[in-house]
Amino acid sequence: MKTIQWRTTLRYGLLGGVAALYFSAIGMVELFAGRNLVGTTINMGHILLYGGVVAAGFLAARSEAHARLPQRLVIGLVAGLVAAVPTIALVLLDSVWDMEAIFVSMNNPLIRLLTLGRGLPGLGMFLAVCGALGLAGGGYNSMPGEHKAAGARALALVLIVAIFSDLVTQVMSNLFGRGSLSLFFAGKALKPAVAIVLFVLMGAVFYFRAVRKARTPLDPEKVKVDKRTRLQRQVVQFVVVGIILLVAPQVLGSFLSQVLFEVGRFVLLGLGLNIVVGYAGLLDLGYVAFFAVGAYTMGLLTTATGLNMGGGVMNFWLALPVAVLISVLFGILLGFPVLSLRGDYLAIVTLGFGEIVRILALSDWLKPIMGGAQGVLFIPTPHIFGVTFDTPQKMYYLVVLGALLAAFVSIRLRDSRLGRQWMAMREDEDVAEAMGINLVQTKLLAFAIGAGFSGLGGAIFAARLGNVFPHSFNLLISLNALSLIIVGGMGSIPGVIVGAVALVGLPELLREFQEYRLLIYGILLIVMMLNRPEGFLPAEVFKRELHAEEGELAGTGD
Amino acid sequence: MFRRTLSRLSWVDLFLRAFQLVAAVVIIIGLVNTFTTARYTSGQWATLVFSGLAQGSIYALIALGYTLVYGILLMINFAHGEVYMAGAFSTVFLAIHFARTGFLARSPLIAIVILILFSAAISTTIAVLLERIAYRPLRNAPRLIPLITAIGASFALQYTFRGLYGTQFRAYPDIAVLKGTWNILGFDVPLVQLVVFLAALGLMVVLYWYVERTRAGKAMRAVSEDKAVARLMGIDIDKVIVSTFALGGALAGAAGVFNGLYRPQGVFFLMGFFPGIKAFTAAVLGGIGNIPGAMMGGLLLGLIESLGPNSVLEGLGIPATNQLKDAIAFIMLVLILIFRPQGIFGERLAEKKA
Repeated sequence: MKTIQWRTTLRYGLLGGVAALYFSAIGMVELFAGRNLVGTTINMGHILLYGGVVAAGFLAARSEAHARLPQRLVIGLVAGLVAAVPTIALVLLDSVWDMEAIFVSMNNPLIRLLTLGRGLPGLGMFLAVCGALGLAGGGYNSMPGEHKAAGARALALVLIVAIFSDLVTQVMSNLFGRGSLSLFFAGKALKPAVAIVLFVLMGAVFYFRAVRKARTPLDPEKVKVDKRTRLQRQVVQFVVVGIILLVAPQVLGSFLSQVLFEVGRFVLLGLGLNIVVGYAGLLDLGYVAFFAVGAYTMGLLTTATGLNMGGGVMNFWLALPVAVLISVLFGILLGFPVLSLRGDYLAIVTLGFGEIVRILALSDWLKPIMGGAQGVLFIPTPHIFGVTFDTPQKMYYLVVLGALLAAFVSIRLRDSRLGRQWMAMREDEDVAEAMGINLVQTKLLAFAIGAGFSGLGGAIFAARLGNVFPHSFNLLISLNALSLIIVGGMGSIPGVIVGAVALVGLPELLREFQEYRLLIYGILLIVMMLNRPEGFLPAEVFKRELHAEEGELAGTGD
Repeated sequence: MFRRTLSRLSWVDLFLRAFQLVAAVVIIIGLVNTFTTARYTSGQWATLVFSGLAQGSIYALIALGYTLVYGILLMINFAHGEVYMAGAFSTVFLAIHFARTGFLARSPLIAIVILILFSAAISTTIAVLLERIAYRPLRNAPRLIPLITAIGASFALQYTFRGLYGTQFRAYPDIAVLKGTWNILGFDVPLVQLVVFLAALGLMVVLYWYVERTRAGKAMRAVSEDKAVARLMGIDIDKVIVSTFALGGALAGAAGVFNGLYRPQGVFFLMGFFPGIKAFTAAVLGGIGNIPGAMMGGLLLGLIESLGPNSVLEGLGIPATNQLKDAIAFIMLVLILIFRPQGIFGERLAEKKA
């Protein structure tokens, strides 16, 4: 029998403890504690604070695969206790030297939270809680496979329902009336009994499904689906998605429609950037420039004051194609000088372009045209056939239309000759050129089409807000669009949609945590690149590529 | 590469040439206009030159971090601006403490040295952690991936420090000794600018000596030349890379303190972004991967940024030119990367890279 590697246990414990310390010290725990998940006993702060502890117990127990159950439990307990140490040290340090003057988050509410409201003796309780949670993590690790999976899934489901209770409550109150809410929710939190019932119920469902699946092995004959049924299935899926898209704003109400609008806007941006980055492999960090061009074109053409021509020159529908066209022109114009640049140089130059556009829009120099810091105001809402697009619900349809168009164009382009040229160029420019691909034309087309989508998004955005401010066009939009492509999976259209929902939609639902949004983005990008660089829904090519390179001999430098 | 491009993409080249010509003509018109109308006295120009040099030396210190890392890993450490921010932002509290206890007034030299060391230590820690957590596992990944990680790390660091120290601007305390001016060649130069410039210069000399004359520096150059061969020569690549990040971090930390002494606006969690990009511009200007190049590039960028709005833009009749100061740095970056990607002093890295 092997001896237990206590150093590994210690390391996992410390990692979990450092995570708890980190989230406490930057103020996330305290802020998130304001949001109850289940009754008033479990809040989101607890998840941050103790998540690392449970994980430490779990991982420490897992690393001792040969150990028996009691041993694993002890390992989990030790890891949990160790994980409590950094935070306890922090609180003790704070009791001798008040840190709030420097570390703004080390305030009394946080200390109260960490000592469970009982002053310094509460630290003992904190230690006990951490130990218990570590033990639970270790114990969970020792459960048989089906139980483990079912438990984790059910827990995740309960937490998701509780965290995104805004979404659930909105839908429920729109469908069944407000009265149905108090049955399940207390404020934004799930009622404890409801949470337990949901957990048990879903756990049972997941468990029996897993058991049944294990009992009936996959029949290879059944798995193979012939072409016609597949087509039928696709049509059904298509119709279902279409219906959901159509009725969504009616069910979700005004606020959530606005969220959907935001998601749609970023789907549009993401699809455009996906052509440039995902298909053609040109890392463009100045993508916001074209978004700004589209928005400003829309603003200047439709407002009374724009271009000093007295009276709006065009209505929305006329200005829309013009905005797209001008964005395309800018795409070509800015694409020209960077034709010979590659990789990170290209990224930095395009980032420069984006900033130049923003600084120019903000400057007094162009104020007579672009309105300087005030931007362009009073952009009329679009209307057609007696319908005015004045509510978020109606604007939602507009952006969905734009996104569908972009998705259609993307799919068709991907499968076209041009799409294959892009991908060839992405893989290797020199080889692509040797194969007779006109690099200049191919690159410019990628920039131009990407810019066109971005401009379309910008134009709709301007009409939706009714004004255009230079401050809306900062680097964050480019990085947001880039992140969602990467998280979703580069080069993949479903990936863009998933990415937009995850990175734009979900944070909108958690508005109270807005200030940590970018922190979470940052961490997510790093974790994603380290563990799953191909994204959640990767395009086939990328998956192959990235995993092929793992197997290859490590390249040395250049 | 350029010559090949010439024969192959003649019309693109034509466009670029025309672009080059237009840019040159515009700059010359601006300069001529400014100097024929004699808007500013020589004293005013001198003020701009000196502040440009001081600012430029800060850029140069940060730029060295980019260049060192690029030289070895061929990656842009996008989060380097945040490494600089970390040092500057953390040290401001120590500086305020020193000012409160009177230590700063009693022995300013020792106090400033301690501040620089402290800041360098913080920045170094962050840089090394960054390398360990975010970059090392990706060393053999496709080039795009570490860049994206770096962008993520940049966000994560910004908002971590925001969480730690809050959103407020914090100003470095005034130091009485640095308040005066010195007379150089008949022009009054604020002492603080001179001190920053000379101290930065001193650090650069130390760095140059370290890279060119010591054993560790030799190892560093060897790794940057060829990793595989360096490994065969018994060099611990990981160690060299960590020390490169540490070195760059230390310089950025020192730059953070200089910036605090020199600019009264104060420090806050987003302060690293613009200096980061500008320092990158400086590194590219001097030829990325080239250490003296980064120093010269930094100084040059500082000068251009300080003189450019008044000398070129005002001559063109553009109002409120100081608003466009940041754009100048970006335009420089774009122009350099398009027309001379190897930089002013650079070797032909563009080809080495391709």
